[in-house]
Amino acid sequence: MIVGDSKPLEEILEMIQGKEKVLVLGCRGCVTVCNVGGEKEVGILATLLRIARKKAGLAPSIEERTLERQCDPEYIEELAEVAEGYDAIISIACGVGPQFMSERFPKVPVYPGINTTFIGGALEHGVWGERCQSCGNCLVHNFGGLCPIARCSKSLMNGPCGGSANKKCEISPDVDCIWHLIVEKMDAMGRLKELERVWPVKNWITSRDGGPRKRVREDLKQ
Amino acid sequence: MRLQYPTNIKIIQLPCSGRVDILHILKSFEDGADGVYVAGCMEGDCHFLTGNLKARRKVNYVKTVLAALGVEPERVEMFNMSSAEGPRFAQVAREFTAKIKELGPSPVKQAKAA
Ligand code: SF4
Ligand code: SF4
Repeated sequence: MIVGDSKPLEEILEMIQGKEKVLVLGCRGCVTVCNVGGEKEVGILATLLRIARKKAGLAPSIEERTLERQCDPEYIEELAEVAEGYDAIISIACGVGPQFMSERFPKVPVYPGINTTFIGGALEHGVWGERCQSCGNCLVHNFGGLCPIARCSKSLMNGPCGGSANKKCEISPDVDCIWHLIVEKMDAMGRLKELERVWPVKNWITSRDGGPRKRVREDLKQ
Repeated sequence: MRLQYPTNIKIIQLPCSGRVDILHILKSFEDGADGVYVAGCMEGDCHFLTGNLKARRKVNYVKTVLAALGVEPERVEMFNMSSAEGPRFAQVAREFTAKIKELGPSPVKQAKAA
């Protein structure tokens, strides 16, 4: 899933300063699962903003709504009748949400209420870890199922580097050296020899280095 | 046991303090409560193992967001007490009420009245 973090309240309050009617807009996709942008979080953020407004002696006109997804035009369309009635919309979906919203409703200022951080998964309740950098050419099977692009601080294809110590990455004792784990895992699987393969420089064209990406599926396109 | 505790306290019963919701606490403040406290069982004595520890973490979260809004974080607290401690319940009720009185009315309510 796409994982995110709530933006500091101070930042959000500054965004909506002087905007009277505000909509806090959640999404039932990834951000609901990582507890940052679902219906529940919409309720919490909207309540906090109302408290702030009441405290300042202002009308607390903060409304709440959560769409099925904000990355699909069909759901965004549900706001067609009402969107322009707001002075500001705070989208707490991933970064796609505020963009799709402002593309569809160009007259309405849309603000991101969360910081989109990474593609990852839940390690335990309330803890998420990064797992993929969407490089566009997945190679994890060569590394015991552990991604050296997303999980090695230097994205080394031929690791580990000289900084690996006590299973930890040189950037911090809190970060596992993924290359240590890759070697351990391949060893346990009896596949250590495969790591002798020297990987040439990765072609980053399939990643962001090839510019913004777009995918067209002729079989699905209408 | 007939114990006196301040009448201004509105008690909301929950099956376990772990059931307390961040949104419930915030709604109370939105609706003008001057203070909110959660009374949970003693740490280590939760019938559901960690309910009271989770409640404390939620209370701490509410403290941070209230502070970010400029509302005194002391207006929300977590207390641990056993269900056999009636006198302690009354004492906490009196102490918390006294502390909130000292802080004065909630700035949220004041602005509303203005
Ligand atoms: S190799 Fe690329 S696509 Fe596969 S997990 Fe790593 S970053 Fe993601
Ligand atoms: S210590 Fe390990 S994870 Fe860190 S940069 Fe070096 S190889 Fe990568």
